[in-house]
Amino acid sequence: MDYSPIWISLKTASVSIVITFFLGILVAKWVVNIRHEKLKMILDGILTLPMVLPPTVVGFFLLYLFGVRRPVGMFFLEYFGYKIAFSWSATVIAAVVISFPLMYRSARGAFEQVDQNLIYAARTLGMREGKIFWRVIMPMALPGVASGGVLAFARGLGEFGATAMIAGNIAGQTRTLPLAIYSEVAAGNMEGAYDYVLIIVCISLLVIFCLNWFTSLGRRFMKKEPAK
Amino acid sequence: MTLEVAVEKTFKGFKLCVQFAHDNDIMGVLGASGSGKSMTLKCIAGIETPQKGRIVLNGRVLFDSEQKINLKPQERKVGYLFQNYALFPNMTVEKNIACALERVKGDKQSIIDEMIERFQLNGLAKRYPLQLSGGQQQRVALARIMAYDPEALLLDEPFSALDAYLKDQLQEELLEMLSGYPGSVIMVTHSRDEVYRLCSKLLVIDHGQAVSSGNTKEIFADPQRLSVARLTGCKNFSRAQRLDDQTVEAIDWQIRLKVKPPFPENFDYIGIRAHDFYPWQEGMPEDNRLPCHLINRSESPFEKNIIFTTVENVDKPPRIWWLYGRYEYAEQLPQYLGIAPENILLLSSQQPTVSSLTAAAQQLP
Repeated sequence: MDYSPIWISLKTASVSIVITFFLGILVAKWVVNIRHEKLKMILDGILTLPMVLPPTVVGFFLLYLFGVRRPVGMFFLEYFGYKIAFSWSATVIAAVVISFPLMYRSARGAFEQVDQNLIYAARTLGMREGKIFWRVIMPMALPGVASGGVLAFARGLGEFGATAMIAGNIAGQTRTLPLAIYSEVAAGNMEGAYDYVLIIVCISLLVIFCLNWFTSLGRRFMKKEPAK
Repeated sequence: MTLEVAVEKTFKGFKLCVQFAHDNDIMGVLGASGSGKSMTLKCIAGIETPQKGRIVLNGRVLFDSEQKINLKPQERKVGYLFQNYALFPNMTVEKNIACALERVKGDKQSIIDEMIERFQLNGLAKRYPLQLSGGQQQRVALARIMAYDPEALLLDEPFSALDAYLKDQLQEELLEMLSGYPGSVIMVTHSRDEVYRLCSKLLVIDHGQAVSSGNTKEIFADPQRLSVARLTGCKNFSRAQRLDDQTVEAIDWQIRLKVKPPFPENFDYIGIRAHDFYPWQEGMPEDNRLPCHLINRSESPFEKNIIFTTVENVDKPPRIWWLYGRYEYAEQLPQYLGIAPENILLLSSQQPTVSSLTAAAQQLP
């Protein structure tokens, strides 16, 4: 059995979740604070689009941007001598773009549910904005943000369509677990597919446990009884 | 210690235009829900930004639309007690208080200890807000605000989140805790009882406009305007016409009544508080007696409510409320109810004509 798809998948999912996590929080915070309602709606639409579109369509757009003869792709090739399309970094780009809306929407929902009066109260007590974000907003939004992160990680791990489009299915380079399963089945090798399927089921179960744990996290202060 | 406020703000098809000046006392702001009273407080605290106006606290300009001054809430030194107290649920009592001390250099712990002592929170320092009773939460919120040492204190419906039996006790407590406070206190409420009990000064807001301001007891005794009379709890109104200096015709009630001048400008209504009627008996003067035809009666724990009318045999008879103490009068409904001339409120249904701040500014001292 070829272990490389497992490592490639874990590596891609791990790197992309770090990017998605912070980018999602940042963008969510930015969008929440926009006062212009129409602009907010348009931005929200664009940012959620990758979740609604078929992944192959997203992959098509990405290829259109990052392809070797395309503006962004050409820029990277010329200035950094780096080819993005059909390289490992393309799997990360695909995973980030596809999983981003999940993170963004969860974080946004979590931020919006924080009682506005808490933020106002913090301001009238002289707390600085940065401190308000880290000490008041984040702790209140943490369960939502964390579960958004776990969901985004799972989505990134299972990414298939956009990855196939922009990164291809190069064994040992861009062949992630879902692509490996597809390739094994296509080659008629059901035994090999079983192993990969088993692994991905195990990882997914683990993710669900993490999700539940995170959701209960930070709720210590919600207990009615004082700690002894 | 003075606070001068003049704000104008249009939002959701509603215009708020309020101006007042206040020194170091407790001032009540009375208004129906949606009248703009909380919005006024939020403008003072800097949570909301008015389109026009000027807010000055102890000579410090907090907001001035002409000079383009708009201090952040962090720089205003105005304490705001929220309706739900807005304690940070993820922090213990002492950490909540510590949040107000961010800009304090030196010994924060001694201030925290002092506040815990002063607001009777001993033994609760390590608890989270959700582990406290409503009254304790209110004390923590006050302790946190007082630790910040604000120059003015704004209370937004401080008792509305509490159970009825707690209210009376907490109102007393609040008065006690605020007794040593040197700055201006403004309390927003829709409860006339709270205002009467706690606030020496009163500002009445109706549909975004200040309709009355002054000494609380004087406003209750002579509200002048229909809207003010209604907000201070008067239940019975009738359109009225002045016949001479002492007599009016109550049009809806179809009766003539002796009243006590002076009449307000544009007099067109009279009001009678439900508690002011008394059963009329033979031998009493016949001037101010209203025929009493029962429509409905009900009981609350300590009071009886009689709804009666003066006009029978019409489609929609005017409904007049009479409230009296449970043990005050006999069960038998009297044939007539009397009302003393000085207890008839002479009112005007017109709102003050001040609709822009330029006119309002001239009223400021």
